[in-house]
Amino acid sequence: MRVRFWGTRGSIPVALTAADIRDKLAQALVQASGRTFESYEEAHAYAASELDFNLTHTFGGHTPCVEIEAPGDEYYVCDMGSGARPFGGHVLARQARKPAVVNIFQSHVHWDHIMGFPFFGPAYVPGTTIRIHGVHAVLEDAYRMQMREPCFPVDFTQLAAKIEFVKLEVDKPQKVGALTVTPHLQLHSGDSYGYRFERDGRSVVYSTDSEHKLENRAEAEAFANFFRDADCVIFDAMYALAEAISVKADWGHSSNIVGVELCQMARAKHLVLFHHEPANNDATLEGLLKEARRFEELTRGDQALKVSAAYDGLEIDL
Amino acid sequence: MNVTSRRYANADVLHVEGRLDQDTCTEFTGKLMSHVESNAHDGGAIVLDLSKLEYVSSAGLRCFMLASRKAKSQHGRIFVAALQPMVKEIFEISHFNLVFQVFPSVREAMGAVGAEASAAFEKG
Repeated sequence: MRVRFWGTRGSIPVALTAADIRDKLAQALVQASGRTFESYEEAHAYAASELDFNLTHTFGGHTPCVEIEAPGDEYYVCDMGSGARPFGGHVLARQARKPAVVNIFQSHVHWDHIMGFPFFGPAYVPGTTIRIHGVHAVLEDAYRMQMREPCFPVDFTQLAAKIEFVKLEVDKPQKVGALTVTPHLQLHSGDSYGYRFERDGRSVVYSTDSEHKLENRAEAEAFANFFRDADCVIFDAMYALAEAISVKADWGHSSNIVGVELCQMARAKHLVLFHHEPANNDATLEGLLKEARRFEELTRGDQALKVSAAYDGLEIDL
Repeated sequence: MNVTSRRYANADVLHVEGRLDQDTCTEFTGKLMSHVESNAHDGGAIVLDLSKLEYVSSAGLRCFMLASRKAKSQHGRIFVAALQPMVKEIFEISHFNLVFQVFPSVREAMGAVGAEASAAFEKG
């Protein structure tokens, strides 16, 4: 399996501004002061190996859309945030006019998780099959509503693809194409569901828009079981811990620190911080990643946990 | 986990010992909130002496946050003092140092509480 991140930002898409790019460039030039580069490749290698991540990259701006690539012809994707637009382009390019079968797994129907669907190219291609899997009773209504006049000019009924809505059962492993999928209820306004995907002894958990109250042992243990031994856990780490349990308590999101604690309890192998706060710039997000890594070092038991921060374009092979 | 306390003028100093995590946070919250309710109001203060606190998890940090909210709502104050290096780093990593006033020693925290509490503390 391969996990490919098309959208990693929470709540609303963000874009780097001209000032942001100028600032990154100026900082890179200062750091490289006195260095000379004989070729583009040499400069590229320097940027990749010696400059801070937040100078040479951006964590990105699209709202949640995460592809799980598995053997076979079908596509698997969690959420249809604005990252669904480039994901759709990827599907169309790869299919080369051959109709696709796309399985969507919907965490919940808040706007940042469905807003990309009206711009999802394959939905306009005759012969395409799109199966939207989820647990919410309101799933189909939400998809149809956002494409209704006066909010969007193309009505859902005008889409060319064959679109089906598939209700999944909570906490029950179900076979969907090449994957076994288990949804799990999460604490979020209107409820959200995490998904555990398994195949050939490998597992990835997509758990976003989920607040955790770890003082509740039963809740903590239920999530540790859901994450148990996962090769990769994609985790809602929108805030620093102090923010998550003070001014933003009960907003339905979690923190980098709680992500480390739950993954350690679960003996998961790789934590990927996800659903980045739109107000945080790249330097702040890199800071939160470094803090999570240090917390993991401080609290490590007999098994190390790898910690990464998701960015648009990241690929993880399992 | 063990908690003992001593009162100096309008301040309670709570000495917290052991590990503060999922297993101990409920008991600790009960003890801390009882001090907050009785004394951290109308300018009164709680000083948490964490010199013997070995570890604090997110569940433990939440106890401090609950106490802080309660104290603020009744015009009381909470200060944190004498953190061991690991606990100090966890405070920084979790950004709790931005929410709480953290002092290197209980003496310095008592100085921030006020002259009367500080004098009572110096007297012993």
